[in-house]
Amino acid sequence: MEIILFGIARDIVGKSSLDLSSYNEKPHSVGELIHLLNDAYPDFNKLSSLAVAVNGEYASLEAQIGQKDEIAIIPPVSGG
Amino acid sequence: MEKPIIEIVETIDTTQVYDELSDAKSGGICVFIGTVRDFTDNESVISLEFEAYKSMALKEMAKIVDQASAKWPLNKVVIRHAVGLKKVKEPVVIIGVSTAHRDACFTACRYMIDTLKETVPIWKKEMFKNKSVWVSAHP
Repeated sequence: MEIILFGIARDIVGKSSLDLSSYNEKPHSVGELIHLLNDAYPDFNKLSSLAVAVNGEYASLEAQIGQKDEIAIIPPVSGG
Repeated sequence: MEKPIIEIVETIDTTQVYDELSDAKSGGICVFIGTVRDFTDNESVISLEFEAYKSMALKEMAKIVDQASAKWPLNKVVIRHAVGLKKVKEPVVIIGVSTAHRDACFTACRYMIDTLKETVPIWKKEMFKNKSVWVSAHP
């Protein structure tokens, strides 16, 4: 399971994607993924907000995630 | 509404937009151009760097156009954002609409830029002399 990272999320992790295949407990939902990130990289807790996109759409905390999904971490957006 | 122009580009050419929006059924064109400002909180900004989750950003921009066209009678729409390094004064986003009457024009243009700033997955980093900051990342 690979997670795409943008903006400050990429800076926090130190790379543009995060491979979760080596993690023993893989997240099954968006909420579990955020929990995992907050634990592994405490700087995520300091952000104003943190959203997750599944297959290019904003996803709720309850949304299920699997191997085939395109999953991206969306830190606070600042376009315009 | 005609097919909208929804793009993420390296460089915005602000001279295109009149031809893109000019329309026989429209009595007015409103354009918002976002540009790089040289100061934030009394600190001198050297440049901005924009990054997009392009596939999703285009989808979110298309949603904004759909929402706006459901609310107001729009004839033509342009929504275009730049990515990469932008210097002071350079254009970074352009939102334009043409409508029969000006009220819808101003209101729709405002709605689209305001919503873009809230929902479209694009990020900007402000580059100062001695540091760089992802805008809005922290409370």
